[in-house]
Amino acid sequence: MSRIAARFADLKRQGRGALIPFVEAWDPDHATSMALLRGMPEAGADLIEIGMPFTDPMADGPIIQAAGKRGLAAGVKVADVLTMVRDFRVADEATPIVLMGYLNPILSYGPERFCVDAAAAGVDGLIIVDLPTEEADVLLPYSNANGLDFIRLIAPTTDDKRLPHVLSGSSGFVYYVAITGITGTRSATAEHLEAAIPRLRKATNLPIAIGFGVRSPEQAGTASRIADAAVVASALIDTLSANLDADGKARPGAVEKVLDQVRALAAAVRR
Amino acid sequence: MNNAPVANSLRTGPNERGRFGEFGGRFVAETLMPLILEVEQAYDAAKADPAFDAELQYYLKHYVGRPSPLWFAERLTKHLGGAKVYFKRDELNHTGSHKANNCMGQILLARRMGKTRIIAETGAGQHGVATATMCALFGLPCTVYMGATDVERQSPNVFRMKLLGAEVKPVTSGAGTLKDAMNEAMRDWVANVTDTYYLIGTVAGPHPYPMMVRDFQSVIGEEAKQQLQEAEGRLPDVAVACIGGGSNAMGLFHPFLDDATVRLIGVEAGGHGIETGEHAASLTGGRPGVLHGNRTYLLQDDDGQIIEAHSISAGLDYPGIGPEHSWLHDIGRVEYVSATDREALAAFQLCTRTEGIIPALEPAHALAHVTKLAPTMAADQIILMNLCGRGDKDIFAVAEHLGVKL
Repeated sequence: MSRIAARFADLKRQGRGALIPFVEAWDPDHATSMALLRGMPEAGADLIEIGMPFTDPMADGPIIQAAGKRGLAAGVKVADVLTMVRDFRVADEATPIVLMGYLNPILSYGPERFCVDAAAAGVDGLIIVDLPTEEADVLLPYSNANGLDFIRLIAPTTDDKRLPHVLSGSSGFVYYVAITGITGTRSATAEHLEAAIPRLRKATNLPIAIGFGVRSPEQAGTASRIADAAVVASALIDTLSANLDADGKARPGAVEKVLDQVRALAAAVRR
Repeated sequence: MNNAPVANSLRTGPNERGRFGEFGGRFVAETLMPLILEVEQAYDAAKADPAFDAELQYYLKHYVGRPSPLWFAERLTKHLGGAKVYFKRDELNHTGSHKANNCMGQILLARRMGKTRIIAETGAGQHGVATATMCALFGLPCTVYMGATDVERQSPNVFRMKLLGAEVKPVTSGAGTLKDAMNEAMRDWVANVTDTYYLIGTVAGPHPYPMMVRDFQSVIGEEAKQQLQEAEGRLPDVAVACIGGGSNAMGLFHPFLDDATVRLIGVEAGGHGIETGEHAASLTGGRPGVLHGNRTYLLQDDDGQIIEAHSISAGLDYPGIGPEHSWLHDIGRVEYVSATDREALAAFQLCTRTEGIIPALEPAHALAHVTKLAPTMAADQIILMNLCGRGDKDIFAVAEHLGVKL
């Protein structure tokens, strides 16, 4: 069983949903993002999403755009993101790691080589924002061959007719983009989610995570109960960026502040 | 003129996946995927509807001012001392560039689809002005995304758009140029899926845009082919056009793709020179990748991060190129060369003085190549160049480069 499947099975036994916090690689530098990554499981992360910086993150709002920019300014490369995962795995064999990014850096690295190296580093799944089902064949054969889950995004615009098509070949979990919009801007209502998630359940047996617009512990708690997991990204990056000094370096205690926020979110999904 | 594709035609693309060879496609977030499928369906239906074509032809003739003239640039020809140079005068269109052809086509499609709000990206502001114009004509609210750098260097067009009632949103991410404006327009579209139509200005973006924009721009080549037939009784030896995203070039080239005797040359922006790394020549200096919904040649670093383009011309300042051009490059049907900022400036002045036509800096790049090519050709040979935009918008930038204070 994959780490992702094992983790969701375990949570099901506990009768609760998962918290999936997000960390942008090398934001604002390698050491800070590595400290966040290492601290997240203890703070209550059930799975972790690592953002791979890209110059043109078309689905992201200003907060994650800025995080990616800081990562790129710090000099992060695709290979460095994989190294972060490899270093994380030295002490943590259980927490699933999902990489979220855009296609071009992966194409540039080589899709097959990327999947081989990512699996070897201990990555469990991939979310590629600009790779819809229609184009998935550039990566899917290699992610499958290397045991990486290919996690699909479902949007409010994905209608019932299109759902089975989008879900074909997906594994790990399904990522429901809760709003029509970019990251870190607005939030879906509980009513919207209560209508949307059962629609997805009819089309898939995979666990469902809700992302985009999940910011507060209350929202995370609601999302993890209506679905199976809540992804929180922009709210954590907000905290980090508020704790950077004028040179863009993390102030003392910045990592702890973000991890405290993860703790509060984790408490909410355990309620 | 009937330009129906022939057997083994190069004009049948893209395939059902929106690919020209290995280029093109639909690399967009799932939120947008249903929208671009809707645009594709609507466009297919419109294409098959004679009423749509009749409506388009009406507006092209009476509002845009088509057909645009074909002009024998006699003094320039004498000056260069070689092949006869003809200009396709698309700078005489309403709004001053070829952009009107595409905007008219797409706005009629948007109306047909019942969309009530239009968004667009713009570089030099020509597409923004054309979009704002059509929105004024049809009473639709319009938001134009424009890089902050371009807002600065193309201020006449910014004012023009505002006069036309458009909201111009400066984009500060990245280098604040066309690429960043396109990112921001896509973000707007994702957030406003029900009422908004994204009116892309060039032959890039996800399928069906490269095909649709090409179709709307092909009127350039179709007219020129017929006009040259009337003037000279034959095809040109060479057709030349400048390339940023590549819509005016695609429009000129497409009707000639199956005419094997016609050399087709696309001129990219060489900026400070290809060797300096500061240019916008995606085919000459880039490699294939995925950006803005399609697979195409891109300026990118070793790690797949997109590199900022540089050009004196805001309209060519784009690190990618339409996917059909990438394919035509790889199969060798079209030659792609580059002209530097300096060469374009020289051509700009030459055209102004010899022909009394102030060209935009974009076609000045095409002309820069014509000035190199014409003298190497015989006097009975013909070069057809697309003069795709007028240069009024550029006089402030040109003055600055020439060290003149206005």
